[in-house]
Amino acid sequence: MELRKSYFADVRKDDLHEIGQGRPRLDSPGHVTGKTAFFADRNFPGMLHLKMVRSPHHHARIRSIDTSEAEKHPGVVKVLTARDVPHNVYTILILIQIGPEDETVLADGKVRWKGEAVVAVLAETERAAKEAAAKVKVDYEVLPAVFDMEEALKPGAPIVNEYHGQNYYLYDSGECRKVRFGDVEAGFAGADHVLEQSYQSSPIEHAPTETTGCVVMPEGNDRFTCYTNTQAMFFTLDNTSIILQMPGSKLHFVGGTVGGGFGGKVDVIVEPIAILGAKLTGRPVSFIYSREEEMQISSPRAAEKVVIKDGVMKDGRIIARKVTGYTDAGAYSRHSPYGAQKGAGHYPGPYTIPNVWIDTYCVYTNRTPSSAMRGFGVTIGDFALEVQMDKLARLIGMDPLEFRFINAYRDGDMKAHRQPTEGAALIECMQEASRAANWPVAEKYMAMSSYKKEA
Amino acid sequence: MTIRRGRGVAAINYPTGMNLGGDPTQALVHSTPTGNFMVTLSSVDLGQGMKQIMAQICAETIGVPTDRVVVDTADTDTGPHCMGTFASRGTHRAGNAVIQAAREARQVMLEVAAEELEVNASDLETDGQGNILVKGAPQKSISIFDVALSAHFKRGRSISGRGMFLIPRSYPEKETGAMKPSTCYAHACTVAEVEVDDETGEVTVLTVKNVFEIGRALNPKMVEQQLVGGSWMGISHALYETTEPYYPNRDHGGTDFNQYLMPGPGDLAETEIIVLERPSADGPYGAKGPGEMCANPQIPAVANAVFDAVGVRIDTLPITPERILRALKAQAN
Repeated sequence: MELRKSYFADVRKDDLHEIGQGRPRLDSPGHVTGKTAFFADRNFPGMLHLKMVRSPHHHARIRSIDTSEAEKHPGVVKVLTARDVPHNVYTILILIQIGPEDETVLADGKVRWKGEAVVAVLAETERAAKEAAAKVKVDYEVLPAVFDMEEALKPGAPIVNEYHGQNYYLYDSGECRKVRFGDVEAGFAGADHVLEQSYQSSPIEHAPTETTGCVVMPEGNDRFTCYTNTQAMFFTLDNTSIILQMPGSKLHFVGGTVGGGFGGKVDVIVEPIAILGAKLTGRPVSFIYSREEEMQISSPRAAEKVVIKDGVMKDGRIIARKVTGYTDAGAYSRHSPYGAQKGAGHYPGPYTIPNVWIDTYCVYTNRTPSSAMRGFGVTIGDFALEVQMDKLARLIGMDPLEFRFINAYRDGDMKAHRQPTEGAALIECMQEASRAANWPVAEKYMAMSSYKKEA
Repeated sequence: MTIRRGRGVAAINYPTGMNLGGDPTQALVHSTPTGNFMVTLSSVDLGQGMKQIMAQICAETIGVPTDRVVVDTADTDTGPHCMGTFASRGTHRAGNAVIQAAREARQVMLEVAAEELEVNASDLETDGQGNILVKGAPQKSISIFDVALSAHFKRGRSISGRGMFLIPRSYPEKETGAMKPSTCYAHACTVAEVEVDDETGEVTVLTVKNVFEIGRALNPKMVEQQLVGGSWMGISHALYETTEPYYPNRDHGGTDFNQYLMPGPGDLAETEIIVLERPSADGPYGAKGPGEMCANPQIPAVANAVFDAVGVRIDTLPITPERILRALKAQAN
């Protein structure tokens, strides 16, 4: 790595002592010698292991659940169903007033994705819990499922999630988050070329080294200590308090040493049910995702579809951009309404375009619920935007890097969401990339600045 | 068969912190009787090294070496509220809270030192080595060790401070979408060079040259580890990863590291990282959040390089050999 201090030297003071020093990390020796304690290193006498019975269907009505054989299985201490959960229907962003509550801790009457938790089994050993889970009998009536966002949005599509009533998240702005700036149709009408293209992505896995989980200890003082690898301590504690209808003062969360998050550990999934198990049995409880659960049950990055329509002039100026973004939330909201909305604030990318129209949708399907992942709301949008930029440059016969200089945002430029640009540095990044990659651009672009008026 | 070479570029920006703000983080700082400093938080270190960065920020602000600072975090009985570690917010939000708390603690520390030295607190400065000196008369000094002892046992002062950082929540206007998604943005430009085998569709990423503008590299070694890791993740996202390889058929999703395709060490490109620093107005010592941003530009850069190599556009991720071969076949027809 190289620090190129020549850029922005006039707006930066390099007068710091501890900051800017590549000091060795204080936790590294523990990590590399195996001495660092992670949550799963807690092992208490009498600890129970929790395993989930999961839906084998993408969409089904639950006619009945029979746990009698599982309860008789040697080593089984407790079997939990929906009626054991005090506030079973929840949504995590309710803490910042993004509702409605739309997801069950344990399925109640219906499953909406393959892998959904239906029954929790607590046993003396992991093996006993697993064997007993296989003995739970659930009678399903399979329902038609929808896996495609465009299908889900068509009239007459099966309703995925009754708590929403339609297969998209209803924002205060309607079926999508909107940005309107200038007159995009007039822009297209006046453009030398109009290019409309569609981009898609697949769900991907966070693949942390350490799988999601927690270990819960019921303390003598009627409190519960939850050792967890959540990325958000109070967010998880407060949601747990709502789900279990238990005062937050009864809960003590300990975490902070995590083997990789990437957004995969901000859903509140393992802690509430494990604490409930500890409360109802009076015993410590461990609930740790297997690698298979981490990869196929925990939320992936959302599948997305992005449609971009641009009006561009022969001289390289983009004069109109219309973006329609679709985020596949899967069966439940989790963080997806937030992610789709983040996209609306990010488009049309780091470029100054006078006419912009943005619609971003959060769509429900019977896929695995998606949620937060490194860059969600932006990452796939950037893939779409930057491939589109390449196509536009080639369409008008211009160098793709020079084309970006022409449109790059600079301090003071008004963004589509009506904030003036501050602290821009795109031009300087491109100038340095031009040098580093030996990709020459015209001198006038190398003389540009994000923040200085050109001479 | 021919191995074809191509290169592609992408330029991006990325917002720091939770979209639309409204995501608070608090911090507490106090000194021990012998002048070490405790930072108490509930923020989570995901392995990226947040604890180390918070220690350096506290040390810089108080004016002591980093090894005099201990970070205690992620215990809800002791740590004040933090929204969490996500949205590239950890360094920016918690860092600002730590600065505010450390400034308050530093002020008390200087007041106690002033009483001991019989000068005004405003006439004092720290030497960064654990001492407090009178400006312009450095022979008149006291160690922070002695100041802390005095505060605890003689003067009855608590060398401590409270910190809070909150960007007020922005609510998008319904019809126009007028809103304030973020207060500062990191930037990047990436050039990727690939080889594509037009018989197998296999892509080899040869080089990835990344330029990142991140406000301030608070700890350059740790910045490097995060940016290199992000760059690798971007390649993986572009070419390899999916939990549903046969979508819309949901079968055959990977369930372990043998089945879930990711690049191995031999598949990783020669990676170059160049960092620019335009300090952000509201960042701790100017820092922005590069944690998510650094895994984004490689994806379109690789996609554009594949087109440059073989002349077909793969607009669906991941860019698999199968998709490239199908596109080449369609192009030939």
